[in-house]
Amino acid sequence: MTQPVKLIEVKEGILEDDGKVAASLRADLQTRETFLLNLMASPGAGKTSLVLHTIKTLRNKLEICVVEADIDSTVDAEAVANEGISAVQLRTGGFCHVDAAMMREGIAAFGDKKCDMIILENVGNLVCPAEFDTGAHKNVMILSIPEGDDKPLKYPLMFSICDAVLINKMDYIGLSDFDMEKLTERIHRLNPNAEIFRISCRTGEGIDAWSEWLFREVCNFRNSKL
Amino acid sequence: MHELPVIDKILQVALKHARKNNISRILSIHLEIGELSDLEESWLQRYFDRVSSGTPAAGAALNVTRIPVSARCSCGNTFGITLNNTTHTCCPSCGSSSWQLVAGKGYFVKSMEGL
Ligand SMILES: Nc1nc2c(ncn2[C@@H]2O[C@H](COP(=O)(O)OP(=O)(O)OP(=O)(O)O)[C@@H](O)[C@H]2O)c(=O)[nH]1
Ligand SMILES: [Mg+2]
Ligand SMILES: [Zn+2]
Repeated sequence: MTQPVKLIEVKEGILEDDGKVAASLRADLQTRETFLLNLMASPGAGKTSLVLHTIKTLRNKLEICVVEADIDSTVDAEAVANEGISAVQLRTGGFCHVDAAMMREGIAAFGDKKCDMIILENVGNLVCPAEFDTGAHKNVMILSIPEGDDKPLKYPLMFSICDAVLINKMDYIGLSDFDMEKLTERIHRLNPNAEIFRISCRTGEGIDAWSEWLFREVCNFRNSKL
Repeated sequence: MHELPVIDKILQVALKHARKNNISRILSIHLEIGELSDLEESWLQRYFDRVSSGTPAAGAALNVTRIPVSARCSCGNTFGITLNNTTHTCCPSCGSSSWQLVAGKGYFVKSMEGL
């Protein structure tokens, strides 16, 4: 006798559990008045350079801590620690992304230290980090000029989830065929509300505008309580 | 690159529902995957075959429906987004760009068949 095939309605999202962990982390951080910024980009786009600039411009206004998620290396965490800033190195164990559960562990390493903003330097890649909610209050990404203006076409998810896109290495703009207008159009097609900042971590161009935006976001976050 | 964690979760969801429904062998799993995901279906099946071997889901066929990207405007209108067109997307109903993506990301296990 053959068994009948049963059809089962599952209707379950795959990253829903992660979504719950992320939401609870976000809420805990809100209670602690700690703003979490998730910074994503390709390898070498300038994440650590931007973290260092941001620390310089905002450290007298905000207590900042940094979580580094590099695969198997502590060089970035050391660079940050050299500035006298608390830095934690996440052991992502070769993982291609950071999720909220890893983030919760990383943040626990700061103990009771009062902290207004935690910056997460996510793993360098434009694909995987876009899929995982880290519990951050804002997501931002860096695209550097040498990577080209076609990246929103190739990594649409990343560009669609970011609140701000920083175009770094503006000092290279004259040396390439990078089309800023096209890029802006491509980003806004996916994400009409994305803020776009043109910066150079070499010359310091645009760092003030970025830092002001970030500071405003931290203030809004604090005032959004209740 | 993060196919494995995602596929492992698909497997866990399928096994959980198999237990609940007294299924000893899963024959097929119907997935909905947003068009913004870059997971390649042939890879999905290959990875799945590896992580599911020795479980009741071994040999199950993955059937994938891709979910098109769509957005909802603040005016209430919902519309599709084409990723490769060349102009800025505005709401076809009111012309504004104050919309947000509402579909086309993520993974959803819709149903499965088993014995
Ligand atoms: N010319 C130029 N070089 C830059 C700029 N920003 C960063 N760099 C250089 O680019 C290289 C990579 O910068 P990082 O800040 O280490 O980049 P990252 O994204 O943290 O890199 P990984 O953590 O290795 O993925 C370094 O040599 C920086 O000095 C810029 O605006 N202009
Ligand atoms: Mg770095
Ligand atoms: Zn509209």
